Amino acid sequence: MSARRTLATALRVLRQLRHDPRTVVLLLAVPCVLQVLVHELFRDRPQVFQSLGTPLLGLFPFVAMFLVTSITMLRERTSGTLERLLTTPIGRGDLLAGYALAFALVAAVQATLVSAVAFGLLGLESDHRATVVALAIANAVLGMALGLFASAFARTEFQAVQFMPAFVLPQILLCGLLVPRAQMAGWLQAVSDVLPLTYAYDALARLAGEDPFGARFRADLAVIAGATLLALALGAATLRRRTP
Amino acid sequence: MEPAVTIRGLRVVRGGREVLHGLELEVEAGRVTGLLGPSGSGKTTLMRCVVGAQVVAGGAVTVLGLPAGTPALRARVGYQTQAPSVYADLTVLENLAYAAALLGVGRERVAETVALVGLGGHERQLAATLSGGEVARLSLAQALLGRPELLVLDEPTVGLDPVLRRDLWATFHDLAGAGATLLVSSHVMDEADRCDRLLLLREGALLASGTPAELRARTGADDLDAAFLALVEGPGGTAP
Repeated sequence: MSARRTLATALRVLRQLRHDPRTVVLLLAVPCVLQVLVHELFRDRPQVFQSLGTPLLGLFPFVAMFLVTSITMLRERTSGTLERLLTTPIGRGDLLAGYALAFALVAAVQATLVSAVAFGLLGLESDHRATVVALAIANAVLGMALGLFASAFARTEFQAVQFMPAFVLPQILLCGLLVPRAQMAGWLQAVSDVLPLTYAYDALARLAGEDPFGARFRADLAVIAGATLLALALGAATLRRRTP
Repeated sequence: MEPAVTIRGLRVVRGGREVLHGLELEVEAGRVTGLLGPSGSGKTTLMRCVVGAQVVAGGAVTVLGLPAGTPALRARVGYQTQAPSVYADLTVLENLAYAAALLGVGRERVAETVALVGLGGHERQLAATLSGGEVARLSLAQALLGRPELLVLDEPTVGLDPVLRRDLWATFHDLAGAGATLLVSSHVMDEADRCDRLLLLREGALLASGTPAELRARTGADDLDAAFLALVEGPGGTAP
């Protein structure tokens, strides 16, 4: 791994985003608008917003970074830039770390902005605001890692977009946000047990409750980190220097 | 002088079909070698083998004394893919700055290379808004940036006007004069005369190799187009 090549890759990805201001605006504005929508939806039941608001803060970056990364990486694969890159001295680790760094930065801006809206304008309460933002960034990196991996299975941008509902929606449905996991059928719980977003949601939900920092919280963090590293390793394995 | 590239018994299977059949050839160091042949003859596959991007079914490819694709070769070999591999959403300068950072070369080299491929004045233009020929030159610039010992250029002059083509071929010879080895593919025979040596590829096999003059003499043809046809159709045409 080389710090120079990692930083150069992160800078390049950020420059690509800078030339696409519409995507940047969508990335930053859409989660804020959605957060406002949720707030308005439960206007008469503020306690629902109090329990949903924090987990949603952490889930938006996950979804957004999954999509952005899977499409950016797919473009890299189909445009031939990846093939040429892999004939240069760049390591696969440099490439992935560069992507992770760039999108973690974007996620940090996104999470900070949505938090400012939720905590500042919508009256969401939390004693652990900085931890919520940090967790949102961790979720973004997880989404990015899964997106990198998913991009290996898409041949076209249409397929990559379809991976969003395929990879992400089941995780949102089963993570406990809509129906508490204890109320799910046994086999659904078992599926939910192996989906990384379940642990991300659990950690965020704990932050919204009383006394969040127990052993379960630490276990959640460990699973998020482990799943991210696993997805990055699998993603790296799909970046082949030699192709048939 | 040791050849820059030595290929022995190279076999490649793509999509269940053998596209290179036990190829044997050498690329002389410090020369411009043209890799010619009709579309589908295996030129790109052969080049991908040299840069270590192709899964091979058998044989050996030795580049600058090392097996092709060895990590140590990545900074010593420059590769221009046939389809321009540039980031359309970055400017010319941003594309080159990234390539330069990966290779560890400085800003002066970027400016020098921009001038070398005739992209001066386009530095701040988005690659997406460049013409086809300009994109091809940006792609070429990325391959030239590191001043590699071996340049593998896959149809670098497609879509360029005659003046630019002439200038680029002059650049190729300047680079070879400075000690670099160039392997340049083309499917237009009128470029063959600009090469020091030629490798004629047909259906995944080496049809002939030698200098342009040698090939003309061997076939008795006046121009290389006719020489190529004579080699394809003539008796013993399949022997190198």
